Amino acid sequence: MLKQTEGSQAVAEAVALCRPEVICAYPISPQTHIVEGLSRLVKSGALAPCEYVNVESEFAAMSVAIGASAAGARAYTATSSQGLLYMTEAVYNAGGLGLPIVMTVANRALGAPINIWNDHSDAMSQRDSGWLQLYAEDNQEAADLHIQAFRIAEELSLPVMVCMDGFVLTHAYERVDLPSLRQVDAFLPPHTPSQVLDPDDPVSIGAMVGPEAFTEVRYLAHLRHLRALEVIPKVAAEFAAAFGRDSGGLVRPYRLDDAETVIVAMGSVLGTLKDVVDERRAHGERVGVLAITTFRPFPFAAVRRALRGARRVVVLERTLAVGVGGVVTDHVRAALADAAPEPGGAVPYLRTVIAGLGGRPVTTASLHGMLDRAVTDRLDPLTFLDLRHDLIEREARRERAAERV
Amino acid sequence: MFQVRIHGRGGQGVVTAAELLSIAAFLEGRHAQAFPTFGSERTGAPVVAFCRIDDRPIRVREPVARPDALIVQDATLLRAVNVFDGLGPDAYVLVNTTRDLRELGAAEAVATLRPERVRTVPATALAREHLGRPVPNAVLLGGFAALTGLVSLESVCAAIRQRFTGRVADGNVAAAERAYAYVSATTKEAIDA
Repeated sequence: MLKQTEGSQAVAEAVALCRPEVICAYPISPQTHIVEGLSRLVKSGALAPCEYVNVESEFAAMSVAIGASAAGARAYTATSSQGLLYMTEAVYNAGGLGLPIVMTVANRALGAPINIWNDHSDAMSQRDSGWLQLYAEDNQEAADLHIQAFRIAEELSLPVMVCMDGFVLTHAYERVDLPSLRQVDAFLPPHTPSQVLDPDDPVSIGAMVGPEAFTEVRYLAHLRHLRALEVIPKVAAEFAAAFGRDSGGLVRPYRLDDAETVIVAMGSVLGTLKDVVDERRAHGERVGVLAITTFRPFPFAAVRRALRGARRVVVLERTLAVGVGGVVTDHVRAALADAAPEPGGAVPYLRTVIAGLGGRPVTTASLHGMLDRAVTDRLDPLTFLDLRHDLIEREARRERAAERV
Repeated sequence: MFQVRIHGRGGQGVVTAAELLSIAAFLEGRHAQAFPTFGSERTGAPVVAFCRIDDRPIRVREPVARPDALIVQDATLLRAVNVFDGLGPDAYVLVNTTRDLRELGAAEAVATLRPERVRTVPATALAREHLGRPVPNAVLLGGFAALTGLVSLESVCAAIRQRFTGRVADGNVAAAERAYAYVSATTKEAIDA
C-alpha cells in the first residue's frame, strides 16, 4: 500500500511483514522510532507470534538475538552509533556463528565528542564483523532491503545489517509502497534453519577451535561471503519480479554510459548526487554516479565493470579513517587495480571526498563546487567538503596560546 | 518544486506540521518530503522543519535554503533567528501572531516582499479556543492553504484526521478551517486594497 510515512515507521512495518519471532532492542537515537513502532505492533497483537524482549543494553540485545536465532527463531534488532559499539563482541559472535539475524543500523557518528547526527562511522566500524552490509538510498529502499535481508540471511546462514542514514532517512516523511503480508509470505518462506539448538538433541556451537582448524573456519566464512555476491543480486532480481521495484543488489549505476567522471557513494546522499549529475548532464558534462548498495562483501568485480571507461573516480565518503582517509576509496582502488594487473600499468585517477560527517548537510552547491574542481583535475587527493578553516585556525591559535613555554 | 520552511519552538509541533503538510500533498497525488533539523530537543528551543512538494519524485536531501514559503509558529523568533534567510521577493510568509509584523522587528524584511503574500493569523488563540491547548501547528496549515493554494483545506483536514483522532482531530480541523477563512479574508482585502 502506498503511503506517506516516516522512514522508521516504514521499516518497522516492513520488518513486521517478515514475521520476526523475536525482537530485542535497546533504544538509541536515531533508531528508536523503529523499535517503538515494532513494540506497538507486538503489543497490539498485529505482529504475532512474536516476543518483544526489553533488554538492559545493546550487548544484551545482540546476545538475545543470538540465542533466539540459534534456537531457530527469526530474530531482529536495531541500533545506532555507541549502541553498535557496545554490542560489538556479540556482533562478531553472530557473524562467526553464521546466525541469520537481521539488524537495522540507523547510521550515526561515533563519539567522542558526542554527536547524535548521521554519518557512516558506526557501520564502518563493524565492516569486518562477518555481517553482510546493505545501504539504503531512500526509505522505499530501506523498507525493501529488510524484506530482502531476511531472504539473503537465511539462504546463506549469515547475519545482515541494513544501514540507513539516521535522521536523514529514519525521520523523513516520504512516499513508501509497502507490500501485503501475502506478497511477502510468497517471497520469504518460513525460516528453516540448517542447525538448531535443541535440548533433546544437544550440540555445542561456537566452541573453541585451535590453530589446527581456525584458518579453515575463517576460510569457509570467506567462501560463504563470496557466495553472497551471487545470492544478493539473485534475491534483488526475484524481488523486482515479485514487487515490480528495483532495489538492493550489489551496485547501481546512474548515467554511467560515456561518463568520464564518476562519483561513487553509498546511502541517502545518492539522491542529491543524482540531481547534481542531471544538472551537469544538461550542460553536456559527462558525469555519472555509482551507488554501492552492498558494502559487505565488497563487490570488486561489479565495481570494476561499472567504472570501466571512467577517466576520473571520486569517492564520496561519510566516514573518515583518521590518519588514513577514505575507507570506501581503498576498496574502489583495489577494484580498479585489479583492472590493470601488469607491473607499471596505469594508476587509476582516484579522489576521496570526506563529506557529511556528524550530520553536516551535503548540499547541492557544495557538490557542484567539488565537481567543478574534479572535472578540471584540481581536486586534492583527499578533500574535506566544506571544511571550516576559520574553526581550525581558531583552534590552532588556542593550542599555541596554551602551549607551555 | 515548492519548498516550505517552518520555524517554531520545541513543543509547538513544528516537525508534525511539516509531516502533516507532506501528507496533505500526498493525498492530492503529489510527491512530498518532510524532515526536521535535529538538535537536542528541548521545549522552547528554536526548531526548524522542512517540506518539499513536487509532481515528480524528490531525491534531494539538503535542508531548504531558499524557501518558497515560510511558516513562523512563534513570532518571538522574528527577533531571535533570521527566519527570512534565503527568502526571495515572491515568497509567501505566514506568521502566528495577533500583532502587526512591523511591530515585531520584521519591517525591513517584510518591505521586500509582496504585501498580499505576507499574512498573520492568530493561530495560538484559535487553537486555545478549539483545542483548549496553545498548539498552533495544524491550525497554521489551514491558513497556509488559504495563502498559497498549494494544498486544499480539505487535504489539510484529511491529513489532520489521519494523524489525530477524537477531540484533538475535531478541534484542529475546526481551528484550521477558521484560520483558512481568516487568511482568505485578509488576503482578499490586501489584494483589493
